[in-house]
Amino acid sequence: MKDLKSQASKSTTPGKGGLTPEIQSRIGHQLRAMYDDVVRQGVPDRFAELIKKLDAPGGGSQDENGAGGSNDNNGRD
Amino acid sequence: MPLTDSLRDDILAAVPSLRAFAISLSGNADRADDLVQETLLRALANIDSFQPGSNLPAWLFTILRNLFRSDYRKRRREVEDADGNYAKTLKTQPSQNAHLEFEEFRVALEKLPQDQREALILVGASGFSYEDAASICGCAVGTIKSRVNRARSKLAALLYVDGAEDFGPDETIRAVIGGSGG
Repeated sequence: MKDLKSQASKSTTPGKGGLTPEIQSRIGHQLRAMYDDVVRQGVPDRFAELIKKLDAPGGGSQDENGAGGSNDNNGRD
Repeated sequence: MPLTDSLRDDILAAVPSLRAFAISLSGNADRADDLVQETLLRALANIDSFQPGSNLPAWLFTILRNLFRSDYRKRRREVEDADGNYAKTLKTQPSQNAHLEFEEFRVALEKLPQDQREALILVGASGFSYEDAASICGCAVGTIKSRVNRARSKLAALLYVDGAEDFGPDETIRAVIGGSGG
């Protein structure tokens, strides 16, 4: 944590000696607040159903959504 | 490994954080949910390649991140409609001030280079170790560390150093004028 401060001050942070612990914790706090706001929404029905459907032992539902035909961009990167 | 009940439950349990990651990356709720859907389909189609006992969330995040990257390149030329859409994802309306601050933070986050933004989110919000984040992004641990550091510095510069002009003096003045007021 402390070495972060010295690193920051020699790179992009203008003036004021870089990241104080207070600013760091503010960033962390806001980042998590934003993220957790979405996490708290839980699992939307569409995803629960999607997984249930694909998992069905009948297995006949694959053609609808699963198609799997979009492999053209698979593994790029 | 085959798709057992417990594996399926684990995948479902990862959905909320996959969505949060997707929204943080794309800044757009609709696009984020499409990304999550495609991630799940791909994960289930390739479930045989998942190693039992390895880190399932990291595996899913890797798929989502790669999808986002290829998707991003495709859409780059299309018109951006990111603004406004994010608000739809907010269930609770924070107080006016908190909302402004939140919005400001989101805008600043979007200004970061993609590499830095994803590293910061993975480590700072998703709670992955530097090692897991490095494997998700396919780079060295040291690279992740320096991306996170640069992301923090840049956010601080965008949010709190420039902003200090509206914020800092005001507090100083209040302290001087108000004296005992606070």
